Amino acid sequence: MAEFTQERLGALNAAYARCIDNDEVEAWPAFFQERCLYVINTAENHAAGMQAGVIYADTRAMLRDRVSALREANVYERHRYRHIVGLPFMLGVQDGVASVETPFLVVRIMRDGATEVFASGRYQDRVVEGADGQLSFAERLVICDSRNFDTLLAIPL
Amino acid sequence: MSHSETQESRRTWEPGLTRVPYWLYRDQEIHEAEQRRVFQGPTWNYLCLEAEIPEPGSYRTTFVGAMPVIVARDEDGELQAFENRCAHRGALIALEDEGKTRDFACVYHAWRYDLQGNLRGVAFQQGVNGKGGMPPEFRMEDHHPRKLRTASVAGMVFGSLDEDVPPIEEYLGDEILERIERVLCKPVEVIGRFKQTIPNNWKLYMENVKDSYHASLLHVFFTTFNINRLSQKGGVIVSETGAHHVSYSKVSHQPQPNAEYSAEKLRSDKEGYALADPSMLDGCDEFGDGVTLQILSVFPGFVLAQIQNTLAIRQILPDGLDRTVLNWTYLGFQDDTPELRRMRLKQSNLTGPAGFVSMEDGAVGGFVQRGIAGSDGQAAVLEMGGSGIETQENRTTEASVRGFWNAYRGYMEI
Repeated sequence: MAEFTQERLGALNAAYARCIDNDEVEAWPAFFQERCLYVINTAENHAAGMQAGVIYADTRAMLRDRVSALREANVYERHRYRHIVGLPFMLGVQDGVASVETPFLVVRIMRDGATEVFASGRYQDRVVEGADGQLSFAERLVICDSRNFDTLLAIPL
Repeated sequence: MSHSETQESRRTWEPGLTRVPYWLYRDQEIHEAEQRRVFQGPTWNYLCLEAEIPEPGSYRTTFVGAMPVIVARDEDGELQAFENRCAHRGALIALEDEGKTRDFACVYHAWRYDLQGNLRGVAFQQGVNGKGGMPPEFRMEDHHPRKLRTASVAGMVFGSLDEDVPPIEEYLGDEILERIERVLCKPVEVIGRFKQTIPNNWKLYMENVKDSYHASLLHVFFTTFNINRLSQKGGVIVSETGAHHVSYSKVSHQPQPNAEYSAEKLRSDKEGYALADPSMLDGCDEFGDGVTLQILSVFPGFVLAQIQNTLAIRQILPDGLDRTVLNWTYLGFQDDTPELRRMRLKQSNLTGPAGFVSMEDGAVGGFVQRGIAGSDGQAAVLEMGGSGIETQENRTTEASVRGFWNAYRGYMEI
């Protein structure tokens, strides 16, 4: 039986944020199960049951496509994120799946140095322990507090 | 040099549509004139969907240009729209995005309006204990927020502040109307709403929407996966005055090598770029005509886009001189099968602020806005496909962008 301690969940989030913020997004899909759900939505849409996201992926391969588009296809001005991730709050464990909610703040640093709060919100996660003993996301819903997105969203939250 | 001389030398615009001077995107007086002549002029502005105000008493708050507006369905089921501005002191009347109500009361001094925007109550009109109150000649019917004419097209509500605006069917013309009805052919359901704020003048965004030339050059995702190649079957429909447009194409996913693309070694023609999970592109031909992409704009600030099975409305609103708000409404149909709905959710990756296809459009206007700082005397060149605004069977043209400027010059009398 997997143990979903605060320490393990915190370490998972820390590794996730570090991967994105250190511009190592090639490693980002590995935080997810092969069959998974990763959606960036707004709190209003989520509360109203509206499912379309600004990003919607239901396989790890779709996350890999996000990364290759980011690297190879899409055009955007160079920028970085800094994630500040709060304490995971355990909502419950059922059938080996932990439901966890974690607040986040993402600061965007543009090429010219402009530094702004880009997004805040909560991760609503379903976390599982794989055969290798590592925790990963079966589901990560990124629920943004604001409905507004400034300019564009290229790097994942 | 006198003040008027500097103004004059800066604000010139030669006749024609092949040059667009950069001061048009940077001038405060132009910006204010646009509010009066374009957004509040004899144009139709998208307000909301009928499905968003389904019952008597349902309302939504929206905008016409900078002006806040309430759209409501009255007791008789009629569509009503009026300024979201109390006739007393100018405060917003409604503070929520949507709701259901019997009437509206301004929070400041409790002036009360019915669903048509008529003033129905003034708190303490007769004073208190015989003291104070409004003068006896005060008549409530003389005071109300400005009312808009409303019209419904394929379940979408449009509004106009101009008494003499042509009927909306005439304003749009048959070709545009047909292409709207092609997509919005049955009852819709809102499946997502997003706001995107972009760092440029609103006209740069509308030009981008109408620019069929840039699509496969800036947006590599389309090109590489053969979703939208200029060499594929498609075209541009430009309405009579150029105000509105439709750009469309039919594609297959089979790779189609094309000599012009290869010869120019375009950045967007990346070989060997493949999706790890191509299921996103397994859309269906839900309208039965093979058209996989249709971008439609209505002057001044409305876009309806079908990209495969992604359906979305964009309301484009100026937010000051160098900021623009895009209000995205993602749609499905009420009779979507679970499979089709899931496909729409997956394909929502193509569009919006993080869209594989549309992400660049959020940034490219800002590149122009920053690029033209200090170049008010210079002008953009719009000569691709000639100098006219006629409908064309190809999309290597800036005809519909010139159409925008033809309509704009007409409304602005500039």
